[in-house]
Amino acid sequence: MVAAVVALSWRPAIEPIANGVRGFDPSLVAQGESLAFIGNCGGCHTADGGRAFAGGRALPTPFGIVVSTNITPDAETGIGQWSLDAFRRAMRDGIARDGRHLYPAFPYDHFAKASAADIDALYAFFMTRAPVQADAPANWMTPPFGFRPLIAGWNLLFLDQGPVADDPARPADWNRGRALVEGLAHCGACHTPRNALGAEQRDNAYDGAWTEGWYAPPLNAKSPAVQPWTAEALFAYLRTGVSKSHAAAAGPMARVTRALAQAREDEVRAIAVYVASLMADAPAARGAPPSATKDNAVDAAHPEAAVLFAGACAGCHEPGAPMMLAGGPPLVWGTPLQEDTPHNAIQIVLYGLLPPAGRAGPTMPGYGESLSDRQIADITAYLRARYTDKPPWPSVEQAVARIRKEKGE
Amino acid sequence: MISLTVNGTTHQTEADPDTPLLYVLRNDLGLNGAKFGCGLGQCGACTVLIDDKPVFSCLLPIAALSGRKIRTIEGLGTGDKPGPLPAAFEAEQAAQCGYCIAGMIMRAQALLERNNRPTETELRAHMATNLCRCGTHMRILRAVRRAAIVMGGGVRGDPQSAL
Repeated sequence: MVAAVVALSWRPAIEPIANGVRGFDPSLVAQGESLAFIGNCGGCHTADGGRAFAGGRALPTPFGIVVSTNITPDAETGIGQWSLDAFRRAMRDGIARDGRHLYPAFPYDHFAKASAADIDALYAFFMTRAPVQADAPANWMTPPFGFRPLIAGWNLLFLDQGPVADDPARPADWNRGRALVEGLAHCGACHTPRNALGAEQRDNAYDGAWTEGWYAPPLNAKSPAVQPWTAEALFAYLRTGVSKSHAAAAGPMARVTRALAQAREDEVRAIAVYVASLMADAPAARGAPPSATKDNAVDAAHPEAAVLFAGACAGCHEPGAPMMLAGGPPLVWGTPLQEDTPHNAIQIVLYGLLPPAGRAGPTMPGYGESLSDRQIADITAYLRARYTDKPPWPSVEQAVARIRKEKGE
Repeated sequence: MISLTVNGTTHQTEADPDTPLLYVLRNDLGLNGAKFGCGLGQCGACTVLIDDKPVFSCLLPIAALSGRKIRTIEGLGTGDKPGPLPAAFEAEQAAQCGYCIAGMIMRAQALLERNNRPTETELRAHMATNLCRCGTHMRILRAVRRAAIVMGGGVRGDPQSAL
C-alpha cells in the first residue's frame, strides 16, 4: 500500500542548473518584484529580523509546523539551482526541484492559477536577488503528515490546474484582478474557510475564515461592512492600510497592505475592482448606508465602560478629536464591531495597531497592559452597543482571556 | 472619590473618574516627572508603571486604577540617592532636552525588573514604543545597558546591535 502511494506520488528531480542565471530583462524583473509584493512572498519567506526571502519563519497549521524555505538564489540552501521549469513546477504542482512534495501551506493551489507570464516574471525577480546562505529549520509535523507522499492524494482531490480564463463579458481590469486574486495574491488562503484536510471549501469561497487568531471577514455578499466596499475604497485600503469609510487594516492584513503599497498601482487597482465585484451584493452595497453620526445612547446602560471610553478612547475616536478631523474612520463604520464574534475588536483594543519600525501607517496604542480582562470586555461590549444595531456578543470576557492566552501572555 | 496608590502612598482624589492618570499625577499630586507629550499614546513621555507594566498614563482613566500599584519616576530614588536607572542616565548624559527621559526610564525599569539579561534586540524592541526627538537614542541605550549591569545582569550582545 505504502509502495503504491509512493509510486503514484513519485515525481522526478529536475536537473540542477549552474548557479547564477543571468540576462533577465530588467522590466521582467521589475514586474516580478511587483508580483512578489502582490503575493506577499516575504510575508512567509522572511523571518522576523531575518534577511529578505531567506525563509525560516514557522507557520503553525493544524497538521504541524511548516517552516518557510529559503527562496533566494543560493545554490546550496536556496533555489539557485532551480531552472525555470523547476520553478514553474513548484508554483503550479507544489513539487520542489528535487522531486519532493511541498506542503500546501505554500499556496500552490492558488499559484497554479497564475498566468505563465506572471510566474516567469517572479522567477526573474527571485533569481536576481542577492543569494543568502541560510538553511531553514526542519518542519515539525504531526504524524502521519510528515510523510510527504500523502500530499499527492491531497493534490488529486483539491488541486486545479491551469490559469483562469478571461471572461470576455468583463473589462480588462476585472479580468486582471481576478487572475491576481485567485492566483498570486491568494486572498482565499485566509478569507475562505477550509475543510478538515486543510483545503479551501470551494462552495464557500470568500465566506470569511479564521487565520492566526484573527477573523478574515467575508469578501462576498456576506460582507458585514456598513459602508459599501467600492473599488475606490478598496484601492485606498489595500494601498494605505486604511479606508476612511471602513477601518484600518489589522493583524495579518496589515502586513498584506504594507506589501501591496509597494506593488504596481494599476495591478492593485485591478485587485480592488475584482474584489469589489465579489461584494456587489453585500447589504451595504444594496441599501442606503447609515449615517456617520449614528450613536446609540447607551452610556447609562454601560456606566463603567462609558467612563473608560471617555478617558482612554475619546481623545481619538469622538467627533472633533484630532484623528477624526484628519479623516480617520468613525467607529460607527468599523467592520470589526459588525462581525459575528468580538475577536477582531478585542485584538485591536488589547494590542493596538503598530506599524513596524520605520514604516508609516495607522497607529493605535494597545490597552492590554493597562486594563484588565473585565475592563477590555466592558469597552468592547460598549462599542458594540453604542455603534451598531446588532445584538450583544456573548462571553466577551472569556474571549479576552482566551486571546491573551493564545498570545502567550 | 477615587483612591490611588502611587509609589506606595495612598491618595484620595476628587478628580472625575474619566480623568487620565497623568493629569492627576501632575496637577493634583505634584508628581511632575511624567510628561504630557502627544496625548495620543504615541510618544511615551507619560509612561508610568501599573502593576509593574509600562503604560501610557495620558490614556488611562483613574476609574480603572483602584487597587492597582502605580509607580512613577519619583519612586525610583531622589536626586541625592538615585536608583540604578536614573543614575545610569545621568552617568551617560543620556538627556538632551530631557522631556522624554522620565518615560524612557520607567519603560526600561519595567524591562530590567522582569529580565535583567535582555538581548540587544529585546532591549530595542522594548524601548521602541518611546520616542526621543533630540536623537539621544544611542546614549539612552547605553544608559540602560549600564543600569542592567548595576542591577546584576547585563544586555547580551547581539550581531544586530553592531552599528
